[in-house]
Amino acid sequence: MASLKTTFAGIECINPFWLASAPPTNCGEQVMRAFDAGWGGAVWKTIGEPITNVSSRYSSVDWAGQRMMGLNNIELISDRPIEINLAEIAEVKRRYPKHVVIASLMVESRRDVWHEMVKRAEDAGSDGLELNFGCPHGMSERGMGSAVGQVPEYAQMITEWVKEVARTPVLVKLTPNITDIRVVARAAKQGGADALSAINTINSITGIDLDTFTPRPNVDGKSSHGGYCGPAVKPIALNMVQSVMADPASVLPMSAIGGIGTWRDAAEFLLVGAGTVQVCTAVMHYGYRIVEDMIDGLSQWMDEKGFASLDDFRGLSLPRVTEWKHLNLNYKIVAQIDESLCIGCDLCHIACWDGAHQCIHTDRVTGPVDGHVEVHRKPMEAVHATMSSIAVTRIPKMDPPAVSHGHYKAPLARIPRVDETECVGCNLCSLVCPVEDCITMKEVPGGLAPETWEERTAKLGIVEQC
Amino acid sequence: MGTAFTPHAGITARFPELKPALTPQAAMVEANRCLNCFDAPCTAACPTHIDVPRFIKKIATGNIAGSARSILEANVLAGSCARVCPVEVLCEGSCVMHHRAEKPIMIGRLQRYAMDNFYGRGLQIPVRERPELPLRVACIGGGPASLACAAELRQAGVQVTVFDKRDLAGGLNTYGVAEYKQRVSESLREVEAIQSMGVEILQREIGLEDFEALEQEFDAIFLGVGLGEMHRLRIPGGEAGVMDALDLIAGYKTGEILSIGRTVAVIGCGNTAIDAAVASKRLGADEVHIVYRRGPEEMSAFGFEYEHALQEGVKFLWWRQPIALEAGTLLCAATAINEAGELVVGEMRTELAAEVVVPAIGQSPLAEWLSSVKGIQFAKGRVVVDRATGATSHAKYFAGGDCVNGGREVVDAVADGKRAARGITAALGVMEVAHG
Repeated sequence: MASLKTTFAGIECINPFWLASAPPTNCGEQVMRAFDAGWGGAVWKTIGEPITNVSSRYSSVDWAGQRMMGLNNIELISDRPIEINLAEIAEVKRRYPKHVVIASLMVESRRDVWHEMVKRAEDAGSDGLELNFGCPHGMSERGMGSAVGQVPEYAQMITEWVKEVARTPVLVKLTPNITDIRVVARAAKQGGADALSAINTINSITGIDLDTFTPRPNVDGKSSHGGYCGPAVKPIALNMVQSVMADPASVLPMSAIGGIGTWRDAAEFLLVGAGTVQVCTAVMHYGYRIVEDMIDGLSQWMDEKGFASLDDFRGLSLPRVTEWKHLNLNYKIVAQIDESLCIGCDLCHIACWDGAHQCIHTDRVTGPVDGHVEVHRKPMEAVHATMSSIAVTRIPKMDPPAVSHGHYKAPLARIPRVDETECVGCNLCSLVCPVEDCITMKEVPGGLAPETWEERTAKLGIVEQC
Repeated sequence: MGTAFTPHAGITARFPELKPALTPQAAMVEANRCLNCFDAPCTAACPTHIDVPRFIKKIATGNIAGSARSILEANVLAGSCARVCPVEVLCEGSCVMHHRAEKPIMIGRLQRYAMDNFYGRGLQIPVRERPELPLRVACIGGGPASLACAAELRQAGVQVTVFDKRDLAGGLNTYGVAEYKQRVSESLREVEAIQSMGVEILQREIGLEDFEALEQEFDAIFLGVGLGEMHRLRIPGGEAGVMDALDLIAGYKTGEILSIGRTVAVIGCGNTAIDAAVASKRLGADEVHIVYRRGPEEMSAFGFEYEHALQEGVKFLWWRQPIALEAGTLLCAATAINEAGELVVGEMRTELAAEVVVPAIGQSPLAEWLSSVKGIQFAKGRVVVDRATGATSHAKYFAGGDCVNGGREVVDAVADGKRAARGITAALGVMEVAHG
């Protein structure tokens, strides 16, 4: 099996799977249970002057019967005394010396307060420090969390204060609640940060109770904006991590966070350059036990791909993200429907008509369908035909058996056809098709050499205006 | 008013629901499984063309009242149909999930969920905005075809009177559906909903002498009279201890029959025979046989009905024909198919203990009664109509339901009634009111 051992900003890790600073890392007992389950590291729930939390403090977005597509919280940093947290860190490190414990810190924005906190955390035995410049709710009102992370100058200044005394690697955790996440990443790097972690939660209101009109979570009839996380935020996090890792002025070892719940998510973040990944919502949903498959699945995939270590594939996808102007304008694909797999739901047809470019038809024609065929029965005509047809209950003996569809699963009349001369290759049909591999996109050789927008405008002498 | 009824507690206890209501959470999960097919095959397969994806997606969004209204737009007896429809051969049978080797969406149970919620909250069937018309239509028969026709006519602003000869309205929905599929009260709840649209229901039998007066009084007449008497056994000794299947079902549903003999033989193997056999079991019979003169591959009962009977402990005696009944014993002859393909009676005899014999061998058409209306054309005892409009060969008469199709499902009767109502309004020159 491939090795998942890695070194992150100088810290030895048995695997890249860390728990993010959050309720799952609230105390020593939890962290030790997590390590027993297989987690390689834990970022301790943010330590600072203890706060008082409200209840309730979580709310979620369900989608199509699935629970917790997205989770939102208005919980603050640790509500336990600093001494207890530090004593427990020491105990965990004593019992689990090979596992990584990072102390997440958030204190008043004063140099001496930060100096003292850093020293105490390191004295307790933490392997590194994560500066929480991301928390978007509550703490920001007190001039901490994202109040720091949204102002590059503050972020740089506090990073510098910490670096003045820190003996262990310093991670700066970035907030996504900013126009360009790279601006603060650059400031952190300027301030001497050893590594970054991103993203923290995204400002959100998950929903409003339509009976009481109170947004969720409900705290005695009122609510507040909270931090959004979970599977729903992964695409946003992936983009932000990629943009930081592709920026020479920002790039540092990156501990990626945001909707990671499986080894696949982890592999994707590693492919855009992450060194380790941090997980929270998935653990809040299913418990520490999910790490077993994260380890197993990632190793298995690495074996299949021939990667012996994480470094073998780290960042491989970075060069493949580019600006739009560098994309090949002459690359052409068209949709193809595998008629033997089609179940006749016709979702591609209606999606193409109403949501895209009207290239998928239900009016089957005889003969070749690769020519330009102008017989388009509009969707409503199909529906009207159905509604005016007369149906009766099929009764054995009284009615002939249903016509066989031959080697097709659906009646041929329900299997749509793609007019390839009209298909723009947008891909929408293959996204809505509920059957795997039924709609695939086929490359159509256009006979033209690759050409990008930048190349074309340069050739034509057009000056780009924006 | 034809809906006053008190259920018998003993019967209710003996016939608990076969398919209980879905819980809100289960309905939500199931509704979300629906792919929302375009021009969905389930909608095409439903005789009343309920827009299935539309009502299911409304359940998924929590718009249950809207869901029910969408259903009612297509099928005013949607509550009954949700319970009694053979969904396995209709909407659910055509669900595309079959093509991906998954269980079809539970369309029938979702429809019931929406309709139960609708009636449970005391909501009213929405009536379209239209002028009240000085037109009067009589619907003969109080079953699904007539009720559907009446409701659709009311939607067009026509004044409707339904004539029903039994104590309770609803026809087979009230008297003929196995109690574990639909309770009498659930049928009556729908009858009341249709009454509240302004349909007048009179518990009155129409005799041969009434037609002339009706033709004078009404602008059109819809015949939704169903079928007549059940076929008799016509075997020696075959009167004592014989109870036809529909009488048995109507009897226990109304609490008039609370027990049955120890041994029961049901003759015939259609869906009614199954219902009668299962009912006999539940009414306390030890041994219930279904006697059928052909083999299982030729029975007209649906496969899932047959499976259900097996689960209830009903036994099947194939290739037997009753030839005499004597003192609780049914004498049966073996049957076979000869070389010419005809069914013949063989030499072998079997004696079957049967304190009660229940023929379920079909209903005869009401041909004699109907033939008193001059100018209506018949074929094989059925009223001949134009399928799309329900028009008969007599300009004033329209027809639908079992008297036209020879005996199909409730939903077919509803579809017939609805089409006939549109045929009637078109014939009476009523402009169609645009609706969903």
